[in-house]
Parts: sequence; structure tokens; C-alpha cells
Amino acid sequence: MADPMRIRAQAAGDKTTVRVLMAHEMETGQRKDSAGKPIPAWFIQEVTVAHNGNAVLTAQWGPAVSKNPFMQCTVKGAKAGDKITVSWVDNKGEKRSDEATVA
Amino acid sequence: MQTRRDMLAQSATVAGLLATAGMLPEPALAAWNKAAFEAKNLADVAKALGGSAPQASGEVTLNGPDIAENGAVVPVGAASSAAGVKRLLLLVEKNPNMLAAAFDLTDAVEANVATRVKMGQSSDVYAVAMMADGRMLYAKKEIKVTLGGCGG
Repeated sequence: MADPMRIRAQAAGDKTTVRVLMAHEMETGQRKDSAGKPIPAWFIQEVTVAHNGNAVLTAQWGPAVSKNPFMQCTVKGAKAGDKITVSWVDNKGEKRSDEATVA
Repeated sequence: MQTRRDMLAQSATVAGLLATAGMLPEPALAAWNKAAFEAKNLADVAKALGGSAPQASGEVTLNGPDIAENGAVVPVGAASSAAGVKRLLLLVEKNPNMLAAAFDLTDAVEANVATRVKMGQSSDVYAVAMMADGRMLYAKKEIKVTLGGCGG
């Protein structure tokens, strides 16, 4: 299981800014190891942001997203105390889901 | 009598059928748009996502630095002031595969997302907003990279 995500959800008026930092290698498949063999690609393919259980944003990512990816989005109508859940699935089928409370 | 080889071939066929019918528990992998992520230019990405030919627009903004010191971590963001944006894309022209990220939006999120991408070399970066009717609007910006992010 991958390390937990760091999620910060901060309300300002009727909008909430959600910032997520995920822990993932995001290997592109283009690099080679010291023996000259290609390192297989390993990256997050799909990210879902849910507000109180309803998916509000889904993202599809390619290997060009940086290692330990950062993502920011703005959720309308989320208030302090609401739950923001972020989950991802990588190309090996591994997944991780974490939850934060809007502050 | 069934040989092991036949069995393997058959189970592969069955697995293939299940996958096409969407019955395997891998919705995320099936949903991932392989064609779009393997496309080499903007027109092909647009085609793979079912959009029309992209056109430049002032309603889309790309946020990013002019010069990125480290190509492995380039902060970029896409935003649009147009109504009815369904999807925001971030593309790096000179990367091996152009599409870096696609964000499918709902009414509950603003058309404003940010992330960090890798860039192999200085290149034009595109932010594309895809409308509900398939129109694609883009903004582009050249980001110079001091140290490439794809070396190994």
C-alpha cells in the first residue's frame, strides 16, 4: 500500500480549494536502469475527487505528471466540515483513497 | 481431450470478452483513454477524445512559469472562463506523448485545475478546454526548461 496522500481543503466563501499531494513514483517507462534495461512504466492513471461522497472531478493522467503528484482544484458549494475524498488508481491496479475535512 | 494450450487460449478469449463487455473489475483501466495518451500531436489528441479541431481562444488561460529550472517538476495550471467546460487538458508539445493530464469536470467544480508535469525540454505547453458540444479551445505558452525531466 502506498503512503497516504496529504490533502488540504480550505473553504473561502462558498468555494473550497482542494490541494492534494500524492506519494507515487510516476515512472514514465522511458528511463533505463544502470544495466540499460528500460524501467517499466508505473504511474497514476485515474484520480477522483469526491465531495460528501459525490464524485465532482475525475482526472486521467499520463506518465508526464511529476513524481509525487500535486493537484489542485476548486469545489463549489463545499462548506467547513464537509468531507473531501480523493482516490487514485495506477496502471498496476493499485489504489489508494484518503479523506479530509474542509477547514 | 483439452490440452493445456487450448485451455489457456480459451481463458484468454473469455477474459477478452469480459473485458470488452466491461465486466472485469477494472473500470479505471478501461476508462483510461490509451489512444489520447499515445497521440503525438494536438489534432490526434482532439480526435481521440472526440473533439473538433482545436482553436486558440482568450477564454482559456495557462498558468505556468516562463522558465522552469527543473523539468521534472513544472507547475502548470489550466483555467477557463467559458461556460460549459467539460474537460481540461494539459499538453506538453515536445514530450514523447503529448497529453499529460485530462481533468473531467462536473458542475460542482470550477474550470480551474493545477498540477505539476515533467518536461523533457523547452517546449510549448497547451491548456485545452473541451466544451460540452465538443469544441476545443486552447491557450499555449512556451516554457523554457533549464534541466530536462526525462533523463535517466
